[in-house]
Amino acid sequence: MTMNAISRSQIYVLDQDEALDFYVGKLGMEVNTDADLGFMRWLTVNLPGDPEREILLEKPGPPALDPATAEQVRELLTKGALGGYLFMTTDDAYKTYEELVGRGVEITDEPTERSYGIDFGIRDPFGNKIRIGQMFPRDSNSQGTDQIGCG
Amino acid sequence: MSRAVEESNRAMLRARDAMDRAYAEPLDIPTLARVALVSEAHFIRTFRATFGETPHRYLQRRRVERAMSLLMESNRDVTDICYAVGFGSLGTFSRTFRQIVGQSPTEFRRARRPTPGVPSCFTKAWTRPSSFG
Repeated sequence: MTMNAISRSQIYVLDQDEALDFYVGKLGMEVNTDADLGFMRWLTVNLPGDPEREILLEKPGPPALDPATAEQVRELLTKGALGGYLFMTTDDAYKTYEELVGRGVEITDEPTERSYGIDFGIRDPFGNKIRIGQMFPRDSNSQGTDQIGCG
Repeated sequence: MSRAVEESNRAMLRARDAMDRAYAEPLDIPTLARVALVSEAHFIRTFRATFGETPHRYLQRRRVERAMSLLMESNRDVTDICYAVGFGSLGTFSRTFRQIVGQSPTEFRRARRPTPGVPSCFTKAWTRPSSFG
């Protein structure tokens, strides 16, 4: 296999300006690309220092999706049922948690020490889940079967 | 119309997240309705329409799920676990657990742990996926 990195991932957002407020203003991510392509606004963000991994913040709608389907996507997203899920790592879970609480971010799960590390959960303004973990060093032979975030 | 549905969904999700997070606390409908910024009657009706079950039922399932985890992973006694996950009485806990799981808490623990009495640290160590050879 010759694939070598996951360079971009996508989540749906209801409003791209509001998404910027959250992902850049509150989470501290950086705008990677914000381009009006005419047919869509290509908006990606990345963690500071890691521009090789972008998250596309895509707004569901026509013509990519017909209006009725876009509405279904929006409804599932706001129910937390669409499946958008980001996992991020940190050097200090408790410190990150305190910072995010201070910025009014919605916490779904307090920091907890688990077999794989210390992690907590937040939700973005639209319904996507984000998990932030301070991971313990992993055994290089491990099969990675420790469960992540039961929540 | 659509925007109203989205805002309502998101508010219901916020209340459901509160149940996931604070299941061990004595959550009641007035508290959850305040999280969702709606009246109590509206909250129950809308939550059910959104997620297919009442908030009360969702909270029960969340608490039972946590109890199942503690029954499997700890040696705490059933009464202790009952209160730890937010139930107010052992009778309600036992009845609800059996209704949802189909077994009593004790039966569930016995079925899942064929070697009762072994300290959980040993069980964890010996059932951990092998990282050797």
